[in-house]
Amino acid sequence: MSLEKFLNTAVSSWMNQEGPDSDIVLSSRIRLARNIVDYQFPTVFGNEEAQHIVQQFEQTFARQSHPVVGRFELLKMNELQTIEKRVLVEKHLISPHLAEDCPFGACLLSENEEVSIMINEEDHIRIQCLFPGLQLTEALEMANALDDWIEMHVNYAFDEKKGYLTSCPTNVGTGLRASVMMHLPALTLTQQMNQIIPAISQLGLVVRGTYGEGSEALGNIFQISNQITLGKSEEDIVEDLKSVVQQLIAQERMAREALVKTLNIQLEDRVFRSYGILTNCRVIESKEAAQCLSDVRLGIDLGYIKNISRSILNELMILMQPGFLQQYAGGALRPNERDVLRATLIRERLKMEERKAMEGDENDVR
Amino acid sequence: MICQECKQRPATMHFTKIINGEKTEFHLCEHCAQEHGDVFMFHGNAGFSLQNLLAGLLNFEAPTKGAKQNAFQSIEILQCERCNMTYNQFAKIGRFGCSHCYHTFAKQLQPILKRLHSGNTTHAGKIPRRIGGSIYIRKQIAHLKQKLQELIAREEFEKAAEVRDQIRLLESRVSKHGEEG
Ligand SMILES: [Zn+2]
Ligand SMILES: [Zn+2]
Repeated sequence: MSLEKFLNTAVSSWMNQEGPDSDIVLSSRIRLARNIVDYQFPTVFGNEEAQHIVQQFEQTFARQSHPVVGRFELLKMNELQTIEKRVLVEKHLISPHLAEDCPFGACLLSENEEVSIMINEEDHIRIQCLFPGLQLTEALEMANALDDWIEMHVNYAFDEKKGYLTSCPTNVGTGLRASVMMHLPALTLTQQMNQIIPAISQLGLVVRGTYGEGSEALGNIFQISNQITLGKSEEDIVEDLKSVVQQLIAQERMAREALVKTLNIQLEDRVFRSYGILTNCRVIESKEAAQCLSDVRLGIDLGYIKNISRSILNELMILMQPGFLQQYAGGALRPNERDVLRATLIRERLKMEERKAMEGDENDVR
Repeated sequence: MICQECKQRPATMHFTKIINGEKTEFHLCEHCAQEHGDVFMFHGNAGFSLQNLLAGLLNFEAPTKGAKQNAFQSIEILQCERCNMTYNQFAKIGRFGCSHCYHTFAKQLQPILKRLHSGNTTHAGKIPRRIGGSIYIRKQIAHLKQKLQELIAREEFEKAAEVRDQIRLLESRVSKHGEEG
């Protein structure tokens, strides 16, 4: 029942809210990995142990209200349809690993979808907080509060020297993965990302495309995250990431200014051609759609396009993925059918924006 | 390379899926990869590539096949007494079986941690509240024990007895912590 509500209100709060620097930073995420002492890790644990952990969470935390976050709902993976799980993955609320390979996996989801606590994924507990814009510190604060809240009922596997013990040694210590999703069209267009990515890797950070495969970053959206979890405090990890992100923001803004100065009319032309494709296409593949959406979003940020909300990029990048399209269609779709439905969905969504703008104009006249 | 599914379009998506150490490779075009959506739901696929990377790293730590038989065997039988995971299994999947594995494989793990966390091997972050309490008490005990030695050396036995009682009290609190845990 209420899962339907989760899925039907397809847009999570973080997708259409604005945060600090949200012209470039789409979202900030903090993840804490924790394990319960005396249980084997999900790598090898038996079904009984797995079920016991889910039960414990169901009894202790589900439907309980956290003073700040509010109510939680427990979603069990073995009770969800494939498409439902896929939609949760596409919304970044659960990992593909939890959806595909964890029959005893579950997820505690907050009502506003800012917080999702995965249970029995690679680790027993993975607390995730997702905030719009650049809000790493705020997200870390919330994750820490939830960590303390859970710890009142659960004993964590912890070692004085090694810190929080995780199933994979890449996460041991703080168990913290801090990441930021950035829209970097100007740095990509001016081919600076090729130099920036290796430079950032030298700093113990990882850059990858949020959507798309390998080095390809669909929609010019990049995810930057820390790699080191041991030997640094949570605050230092977040501060180090933040300072790199702020430098990237400054460079992207400079690259945008330079583009406007040197290309102006060509850039405007590119933006409006992409807008034309999105508002008129009948069949579109995700790669082309992502590029056009990125152009349009850049056009909004630069003031070429008015009356369209900025959140269109975040929102449509998520809604045009296969899981959502099939949810929207109410059943399985072949790739060709998806391309048609994707085109329809994007056109309809942009029409909604035009209607909103016209209503706004009428109100102005009155 | 041509897509192994439709055998028409070029394969642009390359997946490696590892289940229980079993590696399977897929080479698909974008369309067929999407068709396989139920299997490859994820676009980023970061977990897998990181795992590949890690597996390479771990195998590097283990003796090569050409090494002397003795050395090879000695590491092969290294096994966690709590979850039964062997070092070889760990090297294959890159995941531990339980928190005790960190103790079992401590020696092998040290250079791996150094490489993964740019030289760091010691936690410098948050401490769980409960355990945080007992760490503090243990540090206090260590401090009092030193004081006790000094008092005995100075033959101040009355004061020494007081300190000894203090230590006992704290030690009982630490062990209670353990039982609660
Ligand atoms: Zn194909
Ligand atoms: Zn073990």
